[in-house]
Amino acid sequence: MIEAVRDAMDVAMGRDENVVVFGEDVGYFGGVFRCTQGLQEKYGSDRCFDSPINEGGIIGAAIGMAVYGMRPCVEIQFADYMYPGYDQLTQEAARIRYRSNGDFTVPMTVRMPTGGGIFGGQTHSQSPEALFAHVCGLKTVIPSNPVDAKGLLIASIEDEDPVIFMEPKRLYNGPFDGHHDRPVTPWKNHELGDVPEGYYKTPLGNAAVRREGREVTILTYGTMVHVALAATAETGVDAEVIDLRTILPLDFEAIEKSVRKTGRCVIVNEATKTCGFAAELMSIVMEGCFYHLEAPVTRVTGWDTPYPHSQEWEYFPGPARVGEALRNAMEAA
Amino acid sequence: MRMAYTACKSASKGVACRYPARPGSPRDKKEKGMSTTAANSPATEINADGPTSAEEPVEGSNEGHGGGSRRLSLFVPEPEFRPGDTPDFSDVPIPKAGSVRRPPIDVDAGDIHDLAYSIIRVLNRDGEAVGPWADLLTDGELVEGLRDMLRVRAFDARMLMAQRQGKTSFYVQALGEEAIACAFRRALKPGDMNFPTYRQQGLLLSTDYPMVDMMNQIYSNAADPLRGRQLPIMYSSKKHGFFTISGNLATQFMQAVGWAMASAIKGDDKIAAGWIGDGSTAENDFHSALVFASTYRAPVVLNIVNNQWAISTFQGIARGKAATFAARGLGFGIPSLRVDGNDYLAVYAVSKWAIDRARANHGPTLIEFVTYRAGAHSTSDDPSGYRPKAESEKWPLGDPIERVKAHLIKKGAWSEERHVQANAEVESAVLQVQKQAERHGTLHAGDKPSAREMFEDVYAETPAHLIRQRQEAGL
Ligand SMILES: Cc1ncc(C[n+]2csc(CCOP(=O)(O)OP(=O)(O)O)c2C)c(N)n1
Ligand SMILES: [Mg+2]
Repeated sequence: MIEAVRDAMDVAMGRDENVVVFGEDVGYFGGVFRCTQGLQEKYGSDRCFDSPINEGGIIGAAIGMAVYGMRPCVEIQFADYMYPGYDQLTQEAARIRYRSNGDFTVPMTVRMPTGGGIFGGQTHSQSPEALFAHVCGLKTVIPSNPVDAKGLLIASIEDEDPVIFMEPKRLYNGPFDGHHDRPVTPWKNHELGDVPEGYYKTPLGNAAVRREGREVTILTYGTMVHVALAATAETGVDAEVIDLRTILPLDFEAIEKSVRKTGRCVIVNEATKTCGFAAELMSIVMEGCFYHLEAPVTRVTGWDTPYPHSQEWEYFPGPARVGEALRNAMEAA
Repeated sequence: MRMAYTACKSASKGVACRYPARPGSPRDKKEKGMSTTAANSPATEINADGPTSAEEPVEGSNEGHGGGSRRLSLFVPEPEFRPGDTPDFSDVPIPKAGSVRRPPIDVDAGDIHDLAYSIIRVLNRDGEAVGPWADLLTDGELVEGLRDMLRVRAFDARMLMAQRQGKTSFYVQALGEEAIACAFRRALKPGDMNFPTYRQQGLLLSTDYPMVDMMNQIYSNAADPLRGRQLPIMYSSKKHGFFTISGNLATQFMQAVGWAMASAIKGDDKIAAGWIGDGSTAENDFHSALVFASTYRAPVVLNIVNNQWAISTFQGIARGKAATFAARGLGFGIPSLRVDGNDYLAVYAVSKWAIDRARANHGPTLIEFVTYRAGAHSTSDDPSGYRPKAESEKWPLGDPIERVKAHLIKKGAWSEERHVQANAEVESAVLQVQKQAERHGTLHAGDKPSAREMFEDVYAETPAHLIRQRQEAGL
């Protein structure tokens, strides 16, 4: 998925001189996850460069450039480090169009690796997507595979509004289904690892059905898509797995169509539970599908604690917990 | 008088203070022009530095000068040497040991601006301690200091290997920077509080904090004092004046000032020390710390460890071609000193000066420790991708352990044999402790903290929602 993300920036930079890429360690070195490797060499150091370690500065500078008319695509080294930039994001980037009546706009993309599964402890594992989705004026994208990552990132860069692009870091090197004790399978063996060359866009706001099913709908995104697929296979429950891909804008139709069909719904996100995005999805299902439901809607999430180091796999909502939720959904009358 | 800072203005490619321009280079010509205008007063020198980015493309540029036709271009600083280059620091100006004056501790910041641009050094190339900052430590104390540094190095080597063996997930060494935390610690008093970064293990390893607990933490094992919750090396010990380490850079720098303000409000006699890396000075919290510290004259010592690198990013990205890191303090009226961070004696002397100053209620001090990150940033990093392999050997300030050793031998207080023996003792002690720690387990083997413990200490009293979740987890 690293190559897909890099390829997306490469394509976008090649097509549009206004696309610039910067962030901590992204220039010469090509980023701590190597997502920007080669871009400085190819496009020069005034289009891909290292920034000082100041996330508010990175996002504020990107806003300034966007307001000038460029399309910055900046990197925050880990989602856990976006907080010093949160003021610029939520109070500024998100509202500049609104407060200037469209006079100034902020077509920027803020990329950040998200999620756990790498023994990164509490400051390299967080999933703060709900903190973005809650802010009016931001879009939030979370791909689950390389093909989508490329198409969604190009679409994000070309979008006219600020987009938060969250890359599940545990997926960088292969689909991860939560079975941490099994060998890593690389993307090259996966159909969604076969990234088309050149330019293409995956529109924001369109969910993808990863597995069709009749018995229960699983609403999820990012790493948890693969966990949900594993849980489905292991329980034998005929679940329909919906990969939301973007949590804002959200594909209401796909959600409602599926839940109305299955009558059951399990929501899975890795982030903490209270006020997590699963809570929002649950409300949407209740509002749109209540009379179609045959079982209580449930959610499987990270616990409401900081992400622990050694208890990583007790914390991570893996296939066992998702499987249990599926069985419970099926057993409910 | 050409001080270190004057030379730094000639930095080619924006490499700042470390590298004067090569003779004959376009920048060199430019520098020569500038040097005639540079006066001796540091304040004038700052002005003489002039605009940076706008001046960059002068030579060889085909744009007109001074007219309206000239286009703008972005200046992006680059280090002098990249992989494949042969690093050469022979022309880096290093002030002579003993050449920098030692002001009284109640000095006005305005009277010592030059100290923010020079480098205070005690040990000269012959291993002698010279000048006004020398002779504060007895031979016995220096031998202890040497042992402290050996312990840090041996500890780092073992834990690095343990990480490679899969016994833990992550490790950070302080290779080449051992003198800074060890000597600073020696100048503190019990009850003082450090707000460290991940590279100050020397603050714990030079006290009686049990080394086995550090290893237990690194292994996240059953005896981990932090119960498996924290990333390895993120130690915490109030009793040993070591504030819990955060993974979020720079936050602690401001908190140190708050702690110091509390000590002042309460009429206490304790001081705080904030720690930060060169790269992290770019964070807002660094600047917040300076403004609070100067406004309230907080009893705090603000330490910048300038090891030249922030992961792959050289120090020029944190400060461009402007001044030194120490000079950041001057605008706030904070006495700001630059020190040879690989000189245990100089580190101790300057730390003691700043700590005494804070304790005497004269307010904060900013110290820039000039050093070099000899190892990788962490076990997740490989520096061969962004800097020449030989760079650390070529670094002109030498190795902190070797320098103290040479000094003690010169004085007749130490010998090669004793050094070898001391090092062997330290290494075997570390190994013994490692065995002891591993009896409690390592990250993926043996005993570990219970999963239930991840639900504890989120709050003083576990609220209902967490009790429910813990039950749901079957714990
Ligand atoms: C807020 C925040 N942003 C980014 C990071 C990622 N990061 C960890 S260490 C580091 C470099 C720090 O360099 P420096 O301050 O020079 O300290 P050194 O590692 O050299 O001791 C970066 C960018 C982080 N931990 N926190
Ligand atoms: Mg550094």
